[in-house]
Amino acid sequence: MSNQWPLWEIFIRSKQGLDHKHAGSLHAADAEMAIENARDVYTRRMEGVSIWVVESKHIHASNPDEAASFYDPANDKVYRHPTFYDLPDELKHM
Amino acid sequence: MPESAFLYQYVLHLADDVLILGHRNSEWTGHGPILEQDIAISNIALDLIGQARNFYQYAAQLSTEGGISATEDGLAYLRDGWDFRNCLLTEQANGDWAKTILRQFFFSAHQVDLYERLAKGSDATLAAIGAKAYKEAVYHLRWSSEWVIRLGDGTEESRTRMVRALNELWEFTGEMHAPVPYELWAAGSGIGPDLSLLRLQWEERVRNIFDEAGLAYPSAQWMQTGGKEGRHTEQLGYILAEMQFLQRAYPGCEW
Repeated sequence: MSNQWPLWEIFIRSKQGLDHKHAGSLHAADAEMAIENARDVYTRRMEGVSIWVVESKHIHASNPDEAASFYDPANDKVYRHPTFYDLPDELKHM
Repeated sequence: MPESAFLYQYVLHLADDVLILGHRNSEWTGHGPILEQDIAISNIALDLIGQARNFYQYAAQLSTEGGISATEDGLAYLRDGWDFRNCLLTEQANGDWAKTILRQFFFSAHQVDLYERLAKGSDATLAAIGAKAYKEAVYHLRWSSEWVIRLGDGTEESRTRMVRALNELWEFTGEMHAPVPYELWAAGSGIGPDLSLLRLQWEERVRNIFDEAGLAYPSAQWMQTGGKEGRHTEQLGYILAEMQFLQRAYPGCEW
């Protein structure tokens, strides 16, 4: 499938949201077309007020095979959570 | 002719243009060259048919005031070809993607200025519809312009297809700006645009995009006309046969 258009990752910011969230991916010939395609595919039901597109090849991901060495060591480091402070009784909702 | 009859014809013309072009575009649904563009052209079809509904609802209201009592559905599904007042351009067959794109571009380049003017016009209902539909037309123009540039300035094949589409469609473009009596009345009443001014804006829009696309602006002057007064190409019959079949075979059918 060498004549397939490149893949793009689409990020949409909703009206209430502060951040762009990954919405999905689609094919497009260039960035301009990717934005228009994203508009038609992902904002038809008023989901967004801003669109970012990134060609998928520019995204570098961690390797799932390394998950054990990457993430497991954090498991027993409870002291990294701010749960060891004595809070005054007057302080609610923490 | 009484003013109300002019207005009724003018509204029907506006409605028929977008119903017929919307129907043509909808023929791509499920057949688009790529999923994303299938959705894009279907979205445009839905925008146009939505605009048609607004115009037909207004036409139905006018007809009731005039004692005819047409309905929105009746106007779309039960009139015959000679009652349709759409421009010949809108009924031309889809052909390939290049022809569909170019047809949309020619029409949107007209529609943006038409709707902008309607929005400022003296008929409150048409002004409201025009203001809402203007935003849709602006996007359709942007989308189709980019495709004209992409194909015109693309590969040898895409360029060949765009030039062929241009040769096939050009003679249908002049009608949009050749006024018929109800349009002269609309311009005179401050409801619709002066088409001779709109023509200049249209030419400039088309020239700019053609420059970018590396396409020569055609010099041919002779233009087909008649659609706005009910004299159509054979293409319209095929559309109506498919679009109206259900209501004619099963009158009043709902689902």
